[in-house]
Amino acid sequence: MKRSLPLAMLLALCLAPNARAANEADYKAAYAAAEAASKEATGLRNQWTVTVQALTAAKKAADGGDFDRATAAAKEAEALAKASIFQANTEKEAWKAMEIR
Amino acid sequence: MKTRTSLLLGSLSAALVAFALTSPRVVAADKVDPVADAKAFQHFFFQKFPDVKHEDFVNGPYSMNADLKRQWQEKEEFPPYEFALDAGKEMFSTPFKNGKTYADCFPNGGIGIRQNYPYFDEKDGKVVTLELALNRCREANGEPPYSYVKDEMASLTAYMAFTSRGKPMDIKIPDDPRALEAFENGKRYFYTRRGQLNFSCASCHVQSPGERIRAEILAPALGILNAMPIYRSEWSGMGTTSRRFVTCNSQTRAVPLEPQSDEYRDVEYYLSYVANGLPISGPGARP
Repeated sequence: MKRSLPLAMLLALCLAPNARAANEADYKAAYAAAEAASKEATGLRNQWTVTVQALTAAKKAADGGDFDRATAAAKEAEALAKASIFQANTEKEAWKAMEIR
Repeated sequence: MKTRTSLLLGSLSAALVAFALTSPRVVAADKVDPVADAKAFQHFFFQKFPDVKHEDFVNGPYSMNADLKRQWQEKEEFPPYEFALDAGKEMFSTPFKNGKTYADCFPNGGIGIRQNYPYFDEKDGKVVTLELALNRCREANGEPPYSYVKDEMASLTAYMAFTSRGKPMDIKIPDDPRALEAFENGKRYFYTRRGQLNFSCASCHVQSPGERIRAEILAPALGILNAMPIYRSEWSGMGTTSRRFVTCNSQTRAVPLEPQSDEYRDVEYYLSYVANGLPISGPGARP
């Protein structure tokens, strides 16, 4: 018991920074990264509807002052946009495997 | 030593022979050959569905499912696209403000020509679809263009398709590298996976025709545009080829391109060309 208490406190301290609520600056950084990736996907003519939806949700949450939700949505949008970029680049050659010959 | 040398030489010649035999195939596979592509495309579907009459592929899901076909045949007695057909006929013959009509913009007065669209315009270096040609006709006569996805455009193309029913699709690819490039771009678009669901057009319409996707039965890609435009119960209305591409993209969670974008025009060119010889059946009705 004596040993486990300090350990638990140490663990709590380690996790504390991660549990910090997101602020406007976090949201703005996440949104800018998501927007850049999204623009790249649009440039590749391979935008996903879910990316656009996540970006819209991020903006809406930020407008309402919920930066936790806004940052999470922006990060999701960035991940989706990056997946669509990967898809577009992979498919430049991969489509040939599907072709009827 | 002699054995070693002859073994080495033997392996080298075998490798050279193998290279010589395989390299022309690689070159051939990369060469744009629409005739061979169309032949392979049709052959694939004819082999996959040996019981379907060739001309029946243009009837989409009805060619894949007997029950659905019976329902459709009954529905054809009072087809849901009839109102659009009547509206299209009237629109087609109503003069523009300058006194001219659509007939002035098309060969043969626009009657019985659907099977020749899309075509490659060598002057523009681009594919011209029937929908695009209709809006160009309107604009050339001082009229505003119609929406590419429904209503008036669907009615006009419904009427023009109806006057071409039974005529075999007859798309030409001129001896022009830009036309071959458009065909190849259309092919690439057709087979490229997109959207969060990672589907290509071919995922549904080549790999799975006749299978169900939720409540719908997937149509074969062969002849899929011969029935355009269509009345879709799902839409509760008419839709053009543009509308079909847009909704297909959305269903895979891809943001659709703008109607009549180069990609859509090229994929229409590709799909129409590989359906050459199959009859026009539009306007169609789909669940």
